[in-house]
Formats: sequence, structure tokens, C-alpha cells
Amino acid sequence: MLDPASGSSDVVAAGGIGSLAWLLLALPAFGAAVLLLGGRRTDRWGHLLGCATVVAAFGYGVALFLDTLGRTGERTSELHLFDWVSVNALNVEFALRIDPLSLTFVLLITGVGSLIHIYSIGYMAHEAGRRKFFGYLNLFVAAMLLLVLGNGFVTLYFGWEGVGLASYLLIGWYQHKPEAASAAKKAFLMNRVGDLGLAIAIFILFKELGTTQYTEVFSRVGELSAAEVTAVTLLLLLGACGKSGQFPLQAWLPDAMAGPTPVSALIHAATMVTAGVYLIARSNPIYNASADGRLVVMIIGAVTLVIGCVIGCAYDDFKKVLAYSTVSQIGYMILAVGLGPIGYALGIMHLLTHGFFKAGLFLGAGSVMHGMNDEGNIRRMGGLWRKMPITFFTWLLGYAALIGFPFLSGYYSKDAIIAAAFSEQGWRGWVFGGAAALGAGITAFYMTRLLILVFLGKARWTELRSEDGREYHPHESPPSMTVPMIVLAIGSVGAGFLLATNHNLAGWLTPSLGELREQHGVLDHTVVNFLVLGLSALGVLVAWLLFGRKPQPATRPERVSFPVRAARADLYGNALNEALFARPGTWLTRALVFVDNKGVDGLVNGSAALLGGSSGRLRRLQTGFVRSYALSMLLGAIFVLGALLMVRFS
Amino acid sequence: MSWTLIALLLLPLAGGVVVAFLRGNDRLAKAVALAVSLVELVIAVFAWTGYDPSSDERLQLTSSADWIPAFGVRLSFGVDGIALVMIALIAFLVPVVIGGSWADKLPEGRSAGGFFALLLVMETGMVGVFAATDVFLFYVFFEAVLVPMYFLIGRFGGPNRQYAAMKFFLYSLLGGLIMLASVIGVYVAAADKLGAGTFDWATLVTVTRDLPLSTQIWLFLGFFAAFAIKAPLVPLHTWLPDAGAEAPVGAGVLLVGVLDKIGTFGFLRYCLPMFPLASQELAPLILVLAVAGILYGSLLAVGQSDLKRFVAYTSIAHFGFIALGIFAFSSQAGAGAVLYMVNHGISTGMLFLVVGMVMARGGSRLIEDYGGMAKLTPVLGGMFFVAGLSSLALPGTNSFVSEFLVLVGSYPNQPVYTILAALGMVLAALYILWLYQRVFQGPVRGTALVGATGGPGAVVDPERAGLRDLNKRELAVLAPLVALILVLGFYPKPVLDVITPSVGATLSEVGVADPVTQEGK
Repeated sequence: MLDPASGSSDVVAAGGIGSLAWLLLALPAFGAAVLLLGGRRTDRWGHLLGCATVVAAFGYGVALFLDTLGRTGERTSELHLFDWVSVNALNVEFALRIDPLSLTFVLLITGVGSLIHIYSIGYMAHEAGRRKFFGYLNLFVAAMLLLVLGNGFVTLYFGWEGVGLASYLLIGWYQHKPEAASAAKKAFLMNRVGDLGLAIAIFILFKELGTTQYTEVFSRVGELSAAEVTAVTLLLLLGACGKSGQFPLQAWLPDAMAGPTPVSALIHAATMVTAGVYLIARSNPIYNASADGRLVVMIIGAVTLVIGCVIGCAYDDFKKVLAYSTVSQIGYMILAVGLGPIGYALGIMHLLTHGFFKAGLFLGAGSVMHGMNDEGNIRRMGGLWRKMPITFFTWLLGYAALIGFPFLSGYYSKDAIIAAAFSEQGWRGWVFGGAAALGAGITAFYMTRLLILVFLGKARWTELRSEDGREYHPHESPPSMTVPMIVLAIGSVGAGFLLATNHNLAGWLTPSLGELREQHGVLDHTVVNFLVLGLSALGVLVAWLLFGRKPQPATRPERVSFPVRAARADLYGNALNEALFARPGTWLTRALVFVDNKGVDGLVNGSAALLGGSSGRLRRLQTGFVRSYALSMLLGAIFVLGALLMVRFS
Repeated sequence: MSWTLIALLLLPLAGGVVVAFLRGNDRLAKAVALAVSLVELVIAVFAWTGYDPSSDERLQLTSSADWIPAFGVRLSFGVDGIALVMIALIAFLVPVVIGGSWADKLPEGRSAGGFFALLLVMETGMVGVFAATDVFLFYVFFEAVLVPMYFLIGRFGGPNRQYAAMKFFLYSLLGGLIMLASVIGVYVAAADKLGAGTFDWATLVTVTRDLPLSTQIWLFLGFFAAFAIKAPLVPLHTWLPDAGAEAPVGAGVLLVGVLDKIGTFGFLRYCLPMFPLASQELAPLILVLAVAGILYGSLLAVGQSDLKRFVAYTSIAHFGFIALGIFAFSSQAGAGAVLYMVNHGISTGMLFLVVGMVMARGGSRLIEDYGGMAKLTPVLGGMFFVAGLSSLALPGTNSFVSEFLVLVGSYPNQPVYTILAALGMVLAALYILWLYQRVFQGPVRGTALVGATGGPGAVVDPERAGLRDLNKRELAVLAPLVALILVLGFYPKPVLDVITPSVGATLSEVGVADPVTQEGK
């Protein structure tokens, strides 16, 4: 067993500036309440309030961060607010845990959240219900902060389902469109399947340990049997798969792109979908105790990262390519935290740099679509760099960061994960390291394809009309949109270096995640570095040869090879869901409704139909009723008695 | 001798009689009914403050008087924490229901006075069921409460109301008669043991708990039959969708919100303490019925095409959770089940009211007649959504606390049933969100709505031309429900503090210890 004590160092009560930490939840929650209950009265200034609450939360978060950083000793404190659910042995506190890990997320959520709130002012300027949009965004920020700040698994669950609600509302923002409504429902349902895992994990912890609070659970992991620990790790992983779009629950995330683009950037790229990584990293004392559990985490991460980037190669929808890219990049993070003490901090580092560059890439996509009559098909774009230079350059930096261009963010964070995977022993090193390195090459390929089709090459939109019959007049976006993109681009460039130098981030996170360890496995770090650079360069080159040299058609080619067809069909993931769950479920439901109407209640309805329903025959009708009820009740009673006998004799 | 419960019993009865004489003047009848129900609510708050959860007294606010001395029947009243929260729920729901039924279109020839008089009379009956501490008196209230509900459904309900009312009445009545056999049985047992028969609950418990298992099982089953029909557990549930669908909305709220809880309350007050051996022996059977109810009710809710039947089937699923919590024998699950009884009254009550508001606008009960309604009536859509979130037990709403307690408390004793029941969480999300999608999302469509907005090619139905969003009265009816949903979601402590000691007492009467103690297993 590895280091069970990490993450459970002594906890003190929050004091000083930390005693105001409830403001982090209260500010955005207040904004949401005012905007959602205030109605049209708040239309004129609602968006400003929405931004102000999140910026203020960010300001407080920075102050709290600096305060904690300045402390030499104890960096983990808790702020008790009230007893939430308390019955005898069960005591669920509503309390906040302020430690390096939660503070890191607070800065990410409120920082990127602030930028995206500001961006939305411009992006949603023409929407009638903009106030409501900001209300939902604020609701999301509040729930996400509860998720990361809660000091136990039940408060985490509260935030976990809360962000699911915000995600549902925002995916379904254009709810008059049937596909948006369906995508929202699909997201919520697939998330609930994952939540089931999280819930059952909580039940097991309560049964075995009598508590669901982090501090006690983590310090007493040793009391669990090996099977129980593994069960908990797998159930938590199921929760992580739902929220983070990991195999086999990944299908909702691409559909979620039906929501407005700022939502895709904030919720479905930078923050909410990384909650699964947070969950596993937070539960590191549990995962440290189960090598089997971690192996499954690694497998899920590796499978997802490959699936994501393969499908990403085939799509022509700007945001869906980025969505599958997100699926794939979170696969890297899951792989990293599955590696255990050699990977927890690396997973969080990639989560942070990804938060910057993927949010930037999405905002860039939104800016392009904003200028192109909401067109999302990249085959109808091309040559846009001339029309939107700021968007192009910021996007280019995000692109370079994602494919791991030397010394940009992704270079540090992604390569570190690949190197860590290769530092495993034996087949594990080859399989997981190989998958991660291969993924890097494919990532470079599909991102270059995206870059060429959108921004480079010949303009293919000049002769086309959008769906509503308008010409395309691409133009640069207003400053409220470009400034957040510029800030994120700066982050994409510099964040990796800052976080990786001297193990800055890993050192800061040590109280929460334990020491970042290093080990030597099948391939050396330097070799991996060159291997990944080579594969990425190869990916860029192949993409250039395929898409950069000759003009591309404005409609997608239909006569394509099997792998492309499979990738376009999400590798048949949706078809599988349909065949395994949706269709049998529909039939089961119909059959049960039939049985309930005709079988269980059949005697009653049958006799009623026989006797007719006119009031003239009421007397006969009622005697008919009595007999049939007596009969059906008798049958019910016989059923109960029969079951009773079986129970008693077993 | 405490007069609080007696006041709670007599006030609505007297109010009902007065309102019944105001048939000529609908406005006055409604106003009086509302005033009476609000005074009742104030008295209920008074009762709440007069109850001391930390006291060792099993029953409080007690009062007693002779009724039929020959058989030892007394007019005895009193409450424990479980009965108290149910009475509070009744006192809260009745004014909401009166406000919600304010503008109901009644069938031809029916007066509002009659309707509201019946509601008030039923309030007396409902309070009586939970306040009675004499088993015979309980039986009387159990049957008496059927009468006003029978007339509410049969006189004021939908097109198929007489069929539904009769079905409801016969199921409940026959269940009650089976219970009567057991009531007489425990009287005889008491007479054997004590020399004189009694119906006093507290005394009977000390007698019946020492009976041999086989006797306990037969007596248990008599009570159980009545309660399982009331609650309703699958396969004795088929009366509920009909009654719920045909009942006028206000009566439907009280039917699923309160009357059905008599069944689960009966499990807790009568089955468990009086027949502890039988309860433990038969628990596996009831757990099977509970889990079957959750899954069966949920799947049928998914498949419904009728809005009101939909609500009824969701309730069948929710009752499964309550029964699971009661028979899993842990203080968390038990407290969760009681809290669930309260929360279900609030959230399903609200769901029923909102569905009624949808139907008042569209004039149809069929789901397929609606679509995209959020665009026309956004506030109504939001209210439906809030009620739905509470129904699917989202954290932050009241129902999460109770569902979580039931499941986390059931798991230590019954892991398999708990995991099966937890599947109901996913199904709940499915049936709520899918219904919301069909009725409120997408483009405006459906015969109930297109006419109203005058969409292309549509014939504008003059009656529905003005499809308005919620008016002030409707908002005032729903606002307290929303407030309670959120308050109990974040701070359930005041209610749990009242419930927990009584649940603990019940479990020690059964003779089971909590599976998880402070130190964990």
C-alpha cells in the first residue's frame, strides 16, 4: 500500500481571511438568485451583476491563495458552516475545505469563469434572455465551487449534481430546438448513470467507516478490505466517467456542443468536465490503496484518449472536433491520475493548462462562428485569418499549446504525462506510454486539419449562403470577446512553464496529493520527449499533405473508407447505446404499460367495458365492480401470501 | 390534557359545516374556507412549538375521554414526531390546495361551497388518522376519511370520475375491513392477557409484541393489507392512477400527498411496534415489493401518455422508497422515510398543481397535445421544472435529503435492494426530463396549444385564445411550495430533529439496533 496518509494531514479550522470563504459560494449564488427571480427588471444590468459576482469571487480567491501561500506551516483548513444532514451516526456537514487542491480549482473556476462571463456580454448581446443566461452561468460557478470546496463526499455530490443541472440548462439554452433539448437530456441522464456510481461509493464508505467526510475517510482507508477499496475506486471512476465524458459514457459531450459557445468553453472544456479528474485526485488516499483500481483508471484514460482523437479526425463541425479533443485530453488527465503518486500532480497540471488553451480555442471558435452567421461547418470556412486576425493569432497560440509545440503549455503538461506513462514497468509502460504518444501524433493531425480548413487555404464561403439565406460577412469580434481570448492565449503560452519550473505546482499541491514521485521505466524522459516531438511533427506534416496542398471541397466527401465512416459515426458508440439501452428500454416500457392496463388491472377494466359506463346501468355496474375488485384483490393477496410462504421456507 | 389536537380536529369540521351552508355564495364560501385553513395552520405551528423532541414521552399533546366504555374504546389523541410532521404537512397543504382550486371549473350543477366544505371535512379526517392513539378510533378515522374523498372524486372529478371513485372506495374499504379483523384480534389478545380488552395503542404494544410469531404474522397481515393498498405497493396499486387521474387537482394533491401516507404511517405506528417479530420475518417480502414498486412505477411513468396518470405513477415509485426506508431498519433510513413522506407531499403536491395549471390552459390531459409550452408560459415552465427537480431528488431540493437518507441508511442492511432502488434515480431523471421535453421544449406544437397561439394554418380556439402565464394567485399558491423545497433542501435539521427520536423509539420497539454506530462498523 502506498502512502495512505497523503492528503489527510492535520486540518485546522479556517481563521482570518479564510473565515470568509463562504463568500465564494454566496457571491455567484446571490447573482443567480437575483437574475433568475428578478425577471425582466434586471434585463438592463443583469449581465453586469453576473460578471461582477464572479470577478469579486476571483478577487477573494486570489487573496485567499496568497494568504495560504504565505503560510509556512499548515495549508489545509476547514470552515464549518452548518450541519446539513444529521441522523445519529451519520453527520454530513456543510463545510468548506480550503487546501492547495481546492484553491487551485477556485482560481481556475473563477479566473476562467470571469473571462468567459465577460466574453459572453458580447457573444450573447443579441439574445433576448441574456440575463437568464448569466443567471445560469452564475449558478454553475456556485455549484462548481461547492464541488471543489466541499469537505466531504456528500457536499461534493451536491456540487456534482448542481453543475449537472447548470450544464443541462445551458446545453438546452436554445430549447426551442429539438436537438438542443435532446442533447441536454442526454447529458443529464448519462451523468446520472455516473452519479449512481458516486452515490453507491458513498453508501459503502458510510457503512464501513460511519462517515463521508474526507478527513476521516482518508485517515481510515486502511480499515477497508481490499475488495471494498477496489469497489470504491471503481464506483468513483464510474462517477468520473459520467462527468468527464470518459469511455463508455463519453457520448453526451459532443452533443453538448448544442449549447452556446461560452458554455462549451467554460463548462464543457475548462471546468466541469474535469471534475472527474478532481474526484480521483482528491480521493488519492483511496486510490493509493488499490493498484487494481488505478489500473482500471489508466485503461479507461488510455482508451478514451485514443477514441477521442480518432473521432476528432473525422468531424466537420468546428465545436465537435474540439469536443472530441476535450474528451481525448481529459483521457490524458485520467491516465495521469491513474498512474498514482507519479501522476496526480501531472494530471492537475494538464487540467490547468488545458483549461487555458481549450477555453481559448473554444472562444476562438465562438468568435469565428459569431462572425460567420453561426456557421459551424469547417468545410464552409477557409482563409479566415485575413478577416479575423486577433482571433486567428490567439487561436494559433492555443493550437500550438495543445499539440505540444516546444516550450508552450501543452509541451510541459502533456509530455510529462506521456513520460510518466512510459516510466511504468513492463507491458504497462509500453501500452499506456505508447497509447499516449500515439494520441499526441493524432492530436497534431486533427488540430492541424482544423487550423487549415478554418483559417488557411482558399476562402470557400464567398459563394455560399448560410441556412437562413444570408451571405457570409466574416468580421472580427468586439473587444469584450477578443480581450478574454488574448488573456487565455497568454496563459496558453506561459502557464506550462510557470507551473512546471522547479515543480512549482507539484510542490504546492503536496499537502493535498502527496509528494510527486518519479521513477524509471521502459523509456527515458529525453527519449520520450523526442519521440513525442517526432510523432507530433509527423501528424502536422500528414495533415498538411492531405489538406494543405490542394483546395478542399465545401461539402464533405461521401465515398470514404471504412475507418472514416466509423469515426464519423462516433465509432458506433451511439448506435451501441441505442441498441443496448434505448430500444430495449422503450419496448420494456411499452410492454409494462400494456401489462399494467390489461393484465394487472385487466379484470377490472374488462368487466367495466363489458358492462358499459352509462349511468342508467350504474347499479349493475357497481355490483360488477365489487366482484372484479374482490377478485383482483384476492389475486393480489394470493400473490402476497405465495411470496410470503417462499420467504418463510427459504 | 392538551387541547391543541382537539382544536385541530374540530376547527375544520366546524368550518366545513359553515361552508356547506354557503352554497349560494361561492366567493364567501371560498374566503371562509381559506380563512379556516389558515387558522388551522397557525394552530399547527403552535402544536409544533409545544412538542418537545428531546422528551422521553413517546406520545405528547395527549388528551383522552371515554367513548364506548363497554369495549374500552376511548377518544384518545396524541402525537409522536412522525405524526406531528404529517399533521404539519396537512395544515400546510390544505390552504395551498384551497388557493390552487380557487378558480377550478366545476362540473355542471356543482357549487364551490360543497367542494370546499368537503376539503375541510377531509382535513379533520386526515388529522384524526394521524392523531388517534386508540386503535379503534384510528380505524374509524381510516374509514371516515374515505367518504369526503369519495365525494370529491365522484362529484367533482373528470369524465370517468364515478368509475374511479368507486374503485378507490372499494379498494380502501375492503383493505380497511381486513384491518378491522386484526383490530378485533389485538383486542381479544389484550383481553386474554390483561383480563379486560383495550384499544389503547400504548398498552396494546406491550401485549402484542409478546405474541408468538405465527399469531403476529396473521395480525400483521391484516394491518398490512390495508396499508399496502393505501400506500400503494405493487401489485395493489391499480386504483391510484385512476383515482389520481380523475380526481380534481386539489383533491388529487391531498390524495397522493396525505391519504396515501396513511399507509406508510401505519407501517411505522402499527405494524412495526405492535408486531416486531412479524415485521422482521416479513421484511424481505416487503422490501421486494418496495423495490419492485420503484422500478415498476418509474418505468410506467416513463410510458404514460396522460399527465395526471404520470404523476400517480411517479408516486408509486416514491412510495417504494418510503417502504424501503421503513423496512430497512436503520435510523437513517427510517428518518429518511418519514422525511420522504413530508417531502413527497410537498414536491408531488406541487407537481400535481402545476400539471393542473397546464391542463387549465390547454384543456387536455394528453401529453401529446402539448409541446414547446415554455415559450408561451415561461414562468409556468420554470415552476414545472422546479417541481420536477424536487421529484428527481436533485441536491439542494428537499427530496434529495430524504432519498439520500433512505438509500445510505438502507445500504448497510440491504445492499442489493439499495442498489436496485438507486437505479430509480436514473429512471426519475428520465421520466421527469422527458416529460419536460415533450411538454415544454422544442417548437410550439400540439393541438392544445397551436390553436391558442394562432400558429400558421391553425384555427384559433376562442376559449383558449388568451394563453396566459401564471397569474398572481397561482404564483402565490406555488411560492410557499418552492420556498419549502429549497429551505428543507438546505436546512432539514428542524424537521429531522423532530423525526429522529421517534424513529429511534420505533426501531427499539422492533428490537433492532442501528447497523452503523458512531465509530463505523
